[in-house]
Order: sequence, then C-alpha cells, then structure tokens
Amino acid sequence: MTAVARAQPNASDGAGIGLRLAVIVGLAVAWELVALLANDPVYWPRFSAVAARLWEAWLANPAAWVESAWPSTWRLLAGWIGAVVSGIAIGTLIGLSASARAYVNPLVEFLRSIPPPALLPLFIVLLGIGDGMKVAMIGFGAAWPILLNTADGVASVEPMRRETARVYGLTGRDVLARIVLPSAGPRIFAGLRVSLSIAVILMVISELFATVDGIGFELIQAQRSFRMLDAWAIILLLGLIGYALNTVLGLVERRVLAWQLGATRSER
Amino acid sequence: MTGGLLEVDGLGFRHADAAPDAPPAIEAVSFSVPGGSLVAVVGPSGSGKTTLLRCVAGLVRPTAGEIRLDGRPIDGVPDATAVVFQDYGRSLFPWMSVADNVDLPLRRLGLAPAERRTRVSDALAEVGLAGTEASYPWQLSGGMQQRVAIARAMAYRPRLLLMDEPFASVDAQVRADLQELTLSVWQAHGSTVLFVTHDIDEAVYLADRVVVLSPAPARVAADVAVGLPRPRDQIATRSSAAFVELRARVARLIRR
Repeated sequence: MTAVARAQPNASDGAGIGLRLAVIVGLAVAWELVALLANDPVYWPRFSAVAARLWEAWLANPAAWVESAWPSTWRLLAGWIGAVVSGIAIGTLIGLSASARAYVNPLVEFLRSIPPPALLPLFIVLLGIGDGMKVAMIGFGAAWPILLNTADGVASVEPMRRETARVYGLTGRDVLARIVLPSAGPRIFAGLRVSLSIAVILMVISELFATVDGIGFELIQAQRSFRMLDAWAIILLLGLIGYALNTVLGLVERRVLAWQLGATRSER
Repeated sequence: MTGGLLEVDGLGFRHADAAPDAPPAIEAVSFSVPGGSLVAVVGPSGSGKTTLLRCVAGLVRPTAGEIRLDGRPIDGVPDATAVVFQDYGRSLFPWMSVADNVDLPLRRLGLAPAERRTRVSDALAEVGLAGTEASYPWQLSGGMQQRVAIARAMAYRPRLLLMDEPFASVDAQVRADLQELTLSVWQAHGSTVLFVTHDIDEAVYLADRVVVLSPAPARVAADVAVGLPRPRDQIATRSSAAFVELRARVARLIRR
C-alpha cells in the first residue's frame, strides 16, 4: 500500500496578497501623480481627495449607510438570492431531462440574449418604479448564468456515478441531493460568480432611472450637479461593494467545494 | 447471507445504434453461477465482457434471452447486488468522506444508525482501511480507493457481487493484494461473485470456474472448471503444474 497523499495548502497565497496589494497601491500613486500633473481638481480630482470624500461621505457616515447603501444592498441581495434560487431550481429541472433541454434551449438562448437594461422601460410600466421592479430586474438579469451553468452541470454528471447510484438503489432524492447537485457544484459556483457581477451592474442601472434612493441615485445626482468628487467616490464605493461580495462568495465556495480543490490538486 | 444462484440463459445483446446487418455484440451466451461460488469471465478485449456484466447488473437490457437470480428473471437492477467497477476514481464520490461513500448504499436499507456505523467501520477494517473514515477518496492511493469500493460493496451485504475488471488499473503488487482481499471477503460473506477480467492468470487464480468468451460476437467458447485447492496461495498455487496447465488451456481457447 502506498503512502497517503494529502493536499498541501497553496504556499503562494501569502506572496499573492502582497503582490496584489502592491499593484493597488501603485495604481493609487499613479492616479495621484497624473491628477497632480493635470491640475484640474473639478473633473480629475486627486486620489487622496477622492479617498477622503469616500471616507467622510460614505464609510464614516452612518446616515449614508442607512439612506443609500442599505436600500441598494438589500435590493441587490434580494434580487440575487431570487436569481440563485430560481436559477438553480429551473436549471436542475432542465438539466435532468434531455428532452426538456431540447425544447427549452432555444427559448433560454433567446431570453438570455436580451440585454436586461433594455427591459427596464417595460419593467417600469409593468411593475412601477418601486423596490419590486428593481429586485425583479436584478433577479431576471442575474438568473441566466446560474440557470445555464446549473443545467450544464446537472446534465454532465459522470455516467458511472449515476450507474453506481442505480446499482445501489439510491432514492431519487438521494441521487439529487448527494450525487447530482454536488457533482454540478463547481459549475453552479462559476455561474454564481458571474451572476453576482451582473447583479451589481443591474443594481446601479435600475437606480439611475425613476428612483428616490440608493447608490445609483446618488451617483446620477452627483453627476447632474457637477459634483465630480462625489461621483468618483461613489464609483470607488461600488468597486468596494462588488469586491466585498465577491470575497464572501469566494470564501463560501472554498468551503463548499473544498473537495474539488483537493481532488484536482491530488490529480497533478 | 448466502449468495444467490445466477443463471444467464441465451443472452444476446445488440447495440441500438448498430447497423442492421452487423453481428450482435453478444450472441446466445448461457452459463450459470451456483450460489456462493466465484466464476470468472475472460475473453479477448472487445468481446463484450463488460456489456455482459452490465446486462447482469440490470444497467442495460439484453436484446435476447434471460438472466435469472434465484430463478426470478432480472428486470432492472436486482436487489442486493453490488458492483465494483474498474474505474474507482469515477465510481467513488469525491465530495464524500470514505465513511460516507461506504454508508451511502446503506441509507435505504432501513438500518438503525448504530448498525450502519458498525457496518461501515467493520467493512473498512475488513479491507485494511480502519481509521480512514474521515479521509476523502482522493487523499488515498489508487489501490486504497479500490479497497474503499470493495468495502462499500461488502457493507451492503450483496447476494450477488459483480466485478468489472476491478484491478486492471493498479500495479502488479497492489493487484495481488487486492486479489487476496477479494478471496478473503468472498469466503467471509459467501456472496455469489461474477468476476470479469482480461487477465487469464487472475481468472484461473481466483475462480471456481472460468467462462471463456469468443471474439465478437461473444459466445461461450468454453466453460472450464478450476479444480485448484483452496485456500490458494499467490506463489504455491501459481507455480503448481495444475495452474500452469489450466492457464495454458484457457489461453489457447482465447487465441483460437
């Protein structure tokens, strides 16, 4: 019997964080220098000024959290979670049946080809300008990558795994929960990552029109009143929110798909 | 639990997408495996050995003939049947621990949780993997993964154990160890075993009888009784005159 091969933690993680931080700091310094040379504080503010505005107007300002950031974030999360639930559920149904895929594929390809912002006027007419419309639009746009990846992952379960399940007489529920969905897990998470970025984009777009609060609303207000420093600060804020959400999702993924990391490492 | 009597009667199989005038993959194969015995099926590669096993496992439906277990025709996967596939990497579930892999088939048997835990740890101990319960299959070597697959089959207490070239992708020393393991769990549990292999040595060493298939379309070219005494021994049995003679006979039948 040969020795047990255990997965090693990735040794390059520590160096990776240092390098990424250095790139960010380098970009900030470059911005600062270019803005100093441009000497146009209204349209091309310095990075330090933008960062200071971001801090005082948003990060250190509880009122902004309550009035703008929170309404945006909850709509974003509500829409995205709706997309996750419906995308995984419908994707699983489509993935399980080859004939369902044949019937539904052209429709799905058509629907997902519609740019979601183009639906905004329609959604406003149908659903009004309230939170429901925004949540629905975020959910609609973000569901497609999850749905397609789930259908693909569910349809491509290793046949021998299905046969093993058949031989041992597993119930349909066990097959779904213990074989099919875990096996589709890596594909599902790929869809979740893409859809989260789409949800952030749609959150902003849905708030640019016919709205009374939210980060996108503040952005369009700043732009209309030529407060470019505020506009820049909000753009940085959106970047931070997107980055934070992706980081959390990445941590969840590493936990849920730990087996996959280990299995691919031990194959090398 | 004693093994069931397996009868393969006039079995034929033709691929659904084969040309109408093409010969079938399997044609009128008949043999039987008495309860509790170990019968090996050998044949040249491409002779339909694996298809034959998949028919017996109920994974594909034969296009002619009948398979019976204890006199009842098989339709779908027969009860209390376990399969050990060649490709352990794809037949084990990498997202489950070793214990969960072995436990999975036990979930529907209506056993008490304590009984299930006992069966899992007993089966793992039996294949020499005590203490690996919390490991994942990919943390183990290939030979150990195949041991997990055997433990999973044995914890299920099958009346019929089907093995499809189970040791074809491990090295020679590991193969010999796994052959010994197969004989010891078979003798301990008394399951009926149908063992498909392309390795003549392995077939003669393990089996009570060797069913030799002809090149496609598969027919039974010979059904050879292996009278070698048990317990068998990797060195003494394999160097005995009777073993060498049997091996040569089976090899000539396959070449023909």
